[in-house]
Amino acid sequence: MSAVLKPKSKAIVCDGNEAAAWAVTLARVDMVAVYPITPQSSLVEYLAKFVADGKLNAEIVDVEGEHSVLSVLHGGTLAGARTYTGTCGPGLAFMFEPYLRTPGLRMPMVMSIVTRDTLTPQSVWGGHQDAMSVREVGWIQMYCETVQEVLDTTIMGYKVAEHRDVMLPVNVCHDGNYLSYGATRVELPSQEEVDAFLPPPATNWHAALDPDRPMAVDPLTGGAGGPGPAMFVRYRKGQCSGMQNALAVIEAAHEDWARIVGRRHAPLVESYRMEDAETALVTLGSMTGAGKDAVDEARARGERVGLVKVKTYRPFPVQAIARALSGVKAVGVVDRSVSFGWNSGPLFQDVIGALQFAAKRPAAMSFIGGLAGADITTDHFGSVIERVQALAQDGQVGETVWLNEKD
Amino acid sequence: MYEIRIHGRGGQGAVLAGGILAAAMVNEGHFVVAVPSFGFERRGAPVASFLRMDTREIRQMTNIYRPDCVLCIDPTVGRAINVFDGIRDNGTWLQTTAKPLSELQVPDQVATVGLCDAVTHALDIFKRPITNTLMLGAFARTTGLVSLDSLRAALEDSDFRDAGLKQNLMALERGYNETTVHKIEKRVAA
Repeated sequence: MSAVLKPKSKAIVCDGNEAAAWAVTLARVDMVAVYPITPQSSLVEYLAKFVADGKLNAEIVDVEGEHSVLSVLHGGTLAGARTYTGTCGPGLAFMFEPYLRTPGLRMPMVMSIVTRDTLTPQSVWGGHQDAMSVREVGWIQMYCETVQEVLDTTIMGYKVAEHRDVMLPVNVCHDGNYLSYGATRVELPSQEEVDAFLPPPATNWHAALDPDRPMAVDPLTGGAGGPGPAMFVRYRKGQCSGMQNALAVIEAAHEDWARIVGRRHAPLVESYRMEDAETALVTLGSMTGAGKDAVDEARARGERVGLVKVKTYRPFPVQAIARALSGVKAVGVVDRSVSFGWNSGPLFQDVIGALQFAAKRPAAMSFIGGLAGADITTDHFGSVIERVQALAQDGQVGETVWLNEKD
Repeated sequence: MYEIRIHGRGGQGAVLAGGILAAAMVNEGHFVVAVPSFGFERRGAPVASFLRMDTREIRQMTNIYRPDCVLCIDPTVGRAINVFDGIRDNGTWLQTTAKPLSELQVPDQVATVGLCDAVTHALDIFKRPITNTLMLGAFARTTGLVSLDSLRAALEDSDFRDAGLKQNLMALERGYNETTVHKIEKRVAA
């Protein structure tokens, strides 16, 4: 397959926060509202610097807190602007009220969650608990494995959010610490390539502030019974349709990205060495690299192990997961957060739910690691592989395993 | 894969040193991942930064537990933590110190030692004990894994400007020239 445009990217060395700021710049975002919070702070510092340097032609609004951040961006989005912010942890908590409102208003914005473990005990370190706590609010959520994927996905996020069949906000989640501050070689696409990929912002005129067509947005639908709740049902159903439509739109956006920029990322789930695998790891985010290395080590010993990385977490790619894991004997799902209700990881819940649709349903166990900045190393993944192989042998599903408990 | 662990104290630029070194190595065509350790950013507290270099893509984004090289940019952080934890056989140790090799305790695993009195040089150049770029020069001299030219180019591409850039370029060169490299004979176990 030949690329339409000759790649004109250049290599830089940067961390995930800088990569996100480059993506915002290349996506020609009109308006950014920010409030700094660890481990997101350097991201907004880069944005402020890019605006000051004239690289990013956006209005940057410094506000007094995250609730105002998102409220300001609601105004900007309703006026037709392409908008961006990033937050995490306590900032996301403080943002919650407008955060809830955003998907229902069908606002196509992109917000990075530089994931951070939630209080309490006090933690300023990475973990997926903040993003996981808002997994059922109606935002699209994509998790990145590498710094390069942070850059690419943040730009692709606009294509997904602004698609007519979607019109929903997108969270691009990148791991606090490991991706926010981890620096690698990154290919910076050219402005021409990004312009070819991403058209000017598509305003959702159904919910836009137009002086020629004044209307109220965010209406009360009416009281109990009859047409009021029926209208509410139609709004909700439409929102759910938008989420389901997003699956195909995310795939198409990744395909376009590969065609124009020349770099391919798995859009929903990535299957790594899954051909003939008897056992599988399921991973999310930056832990995946160490997981793949552990799979390679096991394969070198002749063990039939593979890995499935979940990129798109909301909407959950139920059928893709069921297909990817159908046929293995046992699955170990590694979460970087907990479900307090289930005494397991939240991704584990989603995976075993999706496995209902698998042609052949494997046994599955939950592993939790990487909380509050803890490392998930190839050795940790080695222990997961060992446990999952035992599960494949005896079918005895054990209690949730806490990987860093004895580090 | 070659793994480097940089030890210093908050405020000395251990993390920045990792970034500059990563940029220089990438310019020479290597794959590099630099991950800082995560504490509260408090001046004086022990901090570490982890850097992997390879000829192929590096996938693991994790800390380093079995370093090939320990680069210590602070003279006393070795008293607060064991900087040699997990160091591999035939390892390399770079240390900021005014002491000669004979007054230092070198672990059995270490085969190469690079010593530089970076604090004294830093006080001369910056009037402050900022040792990171000096020790990058010491790293280039001791290991040969990156050229002085690439480090110079990485500094010029960084956020340093004007007088600050000039001082850091001077520090880099001084670190390279004023480092003594010692090869340790393999000791026979007693």
